[in-house]
Amino acid sequence: MELAEIGIKFALVAIIFGISLVVAMYSTYAERKIAAFFQDRVGPNRAGPFGILQPLADGAKMFLKEEIIPTNATPFLFIVGPSLAILTACIASAVIPWGQNVVIAGKTIPLQVTDINVGILYIFGVVSLGVYGVMIGGWASNNKYSLLGAIRAASQNISYEISMGLSIIALLLVTGTLSLGEIAQQQHGWHWNVIYQPVGFILFLICAFAETNRTPFDLPECETELVGGYHTEYSSMKLGFYLFAEYINMFISSAVMVTLYWGSYNYPGMDFMNELLGTTWGPLFGFAVMFFKVLLFIFFFMWVRWTIPRFRYDQLMDLGWKVLIPLAIANIVVTAVVITFLK
Amino acid sequence: MSTFYFIAFLSIFFSILVISAKSPVHSILYLILTFFTFTIHYILMNAQFLAIVNFIVYMGAILVLFLYTLMLINLNKDSEPVKPFMVKLAAVFGAGILMVALVSSLKLSGASAPVVLTNPNLGLVKNLGKVLFNEFLLPFEVSSVLLLSAMVGAVLLATKDPKEPKATI
Repeated sequence: MELAEIGIKFALVAIIFGISLVVAMYSTYAERKIAAFFQDRVGPNRAGPFGILQPLADGAKMFLKEEIIPTNATPFLFIVGPSLAILTACIASAVIPWGQNVVIAGKTIPLQVTDINVGILYIFGVVSLGVYGVMIGGWASNNKYSLLGAIRAASQNISYEISMGLSIIALLLVTGTLSLGEIAQQQHGWHWNVIYQPVGFILFLICAFAETNRTPFDLPECETELVGGYHTEYSSMKLGFYLFAEYINMFISSAVMVTLYWGSYNYPGMDFMNELLGTTWGPLFGFAVMFFKVLLFIFFFMWVRWTIPRFRYDQLMDLGWKVLIPLAIANIVVTAVVITFLK
Repeated sequence: MSTFYFIAFLSIFFSILVISAKSPVHSILYLILTFFTFTIHYILMNAQFLAIVNFIVYMGAILVLFLYTLMLINLNKDSEPVKPFMVKLAAVFGAGILMVALVSSLKLSGASAPVVLTNPNLGLVKNLGKVLFNEFLLPFEVSSVLLLSAMVGAVLLATKDPKEPKATI
């Protein structure tokens, strides 16, 4: 690989990293504004016009708060927990295709950091690693509530990972490839996977809610039972990392859902727009379309949070094991039979 | 090649830490790192699928369950069984004998010729799938029966016998 190529990759990584951080930052603002809208309030409106500087103020507050490590905690692991949470949240975006190849100054640049041929499995692996951040942090705090939160997070993630994997298997039967870049290309011209896999998409969506610990599945931090859940003992930016990781996870899982099911960067009238805008701005417009879809999903996450109350813990497990897994297996069987008879 | 030796060193280093760590939770965390170095080994050998499956299944699921169980058990000095001196001596002696046997067997056996893969891309998903479902279809299916029987056994162990009289309090 020549030096210029490595430079382009680095720039791309930096841009995606920056975008996910900014999106996560403004998700906190959006969450509060949307909550205010649903509850007929005003929401944050003091910092800047419409409270638009609120995330910056929150960030500064987080950094300036006192750093507390409890006496009986395991100091090293106490720091490793939130670091691992934010790390796993950030590395998943590497395989997501953000658009078609862009031509800038005669150079073709793919808008995807790396197109490994096991892309879906990579995302799946990173997601399954994400639970360690919560578990290690919860255990290292040496607090019963934290430990209970961590244990809940572990069992919840493992249970919902299974149905998530099974729903992906049905998708793979349709696409025939594990590479996210190819899956995005295949959906060109209204061949969006959600049309072929509606049940698979709903299963994946529910599991994505559970994997990101969002309401109605936010049992690990259920404050009515567990004080604050796994981050009870955390303060300052370490708490900030946990909260931030949740928003980045939300952004990444929205991007994954858009890529896998909702046509990625494809949109109706794409070929016409590409001819009109040329090879530089056309793909960038595709990126904007994808970004818009991702934002819609983030809105959906928030909409659900302020609409549906939290599950009880046994209901959560029943839903995961007795409803979603059989449904996912039935979906695989039906998909396989249909594909066999159509070919 | 130097990458291989570095990663191999890390694997051995972390596995020694697994058995020497005082706290069981730390030892599981070192085990996670050991498995991570295995993933890197697979990637070095161009076996992407095995690498990612090792990552998901071992690091992402099995060790989470290990950690989960360990966090629930209260392991500390008071609950640790006291081992008599003779048992410790026997353990050291047995391990020493095992080491002698291993070293001598390694010394006697000549270095095997390195296996040259006919297809260097064998580890990619497509090739691996073709091999598994053509050449090795029967062993593959039989191993799935093994997993099924393990699952049935686990369910059987977990469900309580309804005929068993309830414990009186």
